[in-house]
Amino acid sequence: MTAMAQPNGRRPKRLSAGRIGLYAFLVISALFFLTPLYVMLVTSLKPMSEIRTGNILALPAAPSLAAWNSAWSSACTGLQCNGIRVGFLNSIRILVPSVMASIMVGAVTGYALSFWRPRGAQLLFATLMVMAFIPYQVFIYPLVRMFSQAGIANSLLGIVVVHTIFGLPTMTLLFRNHFVALPIELFKAARVDGAGFWRIFIQIMLPMAVPIIVVAIILQVTGIWNDFILGLVFAGRENLPMTVQLNNIVNTTQGERTYNVDMAATLLTALVPLAVYFLSGRWFVRGIAAGAVKG
Amino acid sequence: MSTVSLRGVEIAFGTFKVLDWLDLEIAQSEFLVLLGPSGCGKSTLLAAIAGLLEIDQGEIWIGGRNVTWEEPKDRGIAMVFQSYALYPRMSVRRNLSFGLQVAGMKRDEIDRRVTKAATMLQIGELLDRKPAELSGGQRQRVAIGRALVRDASVFLFDEPLSNLDAQLRAELRTEIKRLHGSLGATMIFVTHDQIEALTLADRIAVMKDRRIQQLGTPQEIYLKPANRFVATFVGSPAMSFVSGRIGEHGNFEASGWQLPLADYAFAAPPVRGATVDLGIRPEHVVLAPSDPHALPARVELVEPMGSDLLAWTRIGEAAISIRLPAETQVVAGDTLPLLFPPHRLNLFDAQGQRL
Repeated sequence: MTAMAQPNGRRPKRLSAGRIGLYAFLVISALFFLTPLYVMLVTSLKPMSEIRTGNILALPAAPSLAAWNSAWSSACTGLQCNGIRVGFLNSIRILVPSVMASIMVGAVTGYALSFWRPRGAQLLFATLMVMAFIPYQVFIYPLVRMFSQAGIANSLLGIVVVHTIFGLPTMTLLFRNHFVALPIELFKAARVDGAGFWRIFIQIMLPMAVPIIVVAIILQVTGIWNDFILGLVFAGRENLPMTVQLNNIVNTTQGERTYNVDMAATLLTALVPLAVYFLSGRWFVRGIAAGAVKG
Repeated sequence: MSTVSLRGVEIAFGTFKVLDWLDLEIAQSEFLVLLGPSGCGKSTLLAAIAGLLEIDQGEIWIGGRNVTWEEPKDRGIAMVFQSYALYPRMSVRRNLSFGLQVAGMKRDEIDRRVTKAATMLQIGELLDRKPAELSGGQRQRVAIGRALVRDASVFLFDEPLSNLDAQLRAELRTEIKRLHGSLGATMIFVTHDQIEALTLADRIAVMKDRRIQQLGTPQEIYLKPANRFVATFVGSPAMSFVSGRIGEHGNFEASGWQLPLADYAFAAPPVRGATVDLGIRPEHVVLAPSDPHALPARVELVEPMGSDLLAWTRIGEAAISIRLPAETQVVAGDTLPLLFPPHRLNLFDAQGQRL
């Protein structure tokens, strides 16, 4: 037995023509989808004079953050010229309580519903899911009427309530599907140990739902941050979110269009959801998987 | 160390009755096993005793106190579940102490109890691990530990060994029996495994179809089953049955069968000509080569079991299994002369009730 085991047959090719074609296609697609972002980025770094004369794909001759500065602190939204930072702060003030409220209410409702297993539960919850896709526009007028009756129209509270309501179907189902997969004996054991509904929920069930909470945060943060119409209708003049402010900046009709400022303002508005996706990608996948496969 | 008594307990899910007018008295320090096939209501009954399920009729008393409407934590019970039901995000130590913390017990008393339980169950070195880092047997030990720290007077076990492999099951079974001896607590143990029931119980309640079919010591259940269901459910390999009738002279008659029943302890005098089923356990059949009354049985199959040997035989139409010493020389095709001692026989009427 002196001979070593020899590889048999032709050495497999590392790079076939098909592979090269595939990668070429992927690279081109990626470039295609990245082009708008590239254009926005370079335009925001150019002065107006260069934009007027130059090629939109050209790199800036002398990159400057002047447009970013202006977009952040001095661009005009209608009559006020305080930049988009006002909208940024408003969006934060809407975002934080809305995300927290919708997740907390959704988690509790989903937990409670996980015990309720009537006949035809699947159909019922499927219906709830479909309801989540009904266009917002249908609800806007009745809600405006109800909110003005209740005295919370055009207020921070109003917009937070609206976001919480519209977040509920998705949040409830997300948590319900997670909790329904847990063994009911866990709940029984905790009851024998003397824990009540809230203690069981907070000390035992919620810690097991961490991946789902992360998913919920991602969904809600991006959804609420990107919202335009609800903010416009329910937040009131003082609390207009960043998206609405951005629209006001970009659509200012007087004078020259300051493309560099518009681009900078748009990028600033997109930063939060972008950051959420980049930071949470791993968690997001893990959360989805954890929700799909039990245990 | 409490008595448990169930008085006229009924439970229904909607219109479907799960338990029907059930009375059961469990003595102090008794080990009672609820044995039955799945769906017989045994786990439901246990959940009702624990207070995890409301009953529709009747009363539950524990330790001389009517606890029918009390919360599980106030009943003086502890419970061990089939799926262990350990809190996954908590360490073993926290799993054990959770209930005590909820009850507002002092730190040092909690530590004392946790240490004591951990020592009894030999899980001391696992205290800082998470349940996911434990084997199945270790998890069930922790689950038993969680019951121990409660210092309960009644322990409820809901099929605690069903998820374990055979070897661990036997090991934990003896451990539970030892715990029962040293704690002196009342234990109620639900299982569908007749070996667990026979080995652990002081008394067994065999359940089927919402009712207790028979309540008795393992001996009574095994040797004097109250009906055909109990006779078939308990014992492995199962009891053999022969369908026949009571003859003119009070003998048992079937094709190829003629057995005198003069020494059988009838509960009521038998009716001549009545249809009956005769049951006999494999180890009660006697091999009697020189006895003129022996019935000839044709051997169809032989299964050596190591410790002994099972022979599947036929007398007339009836299939009879018999247990023989391991060294018996017998092969398929042989004819064996068999005797059926009357005091080992079980006779059931057409409704399946013991005669």
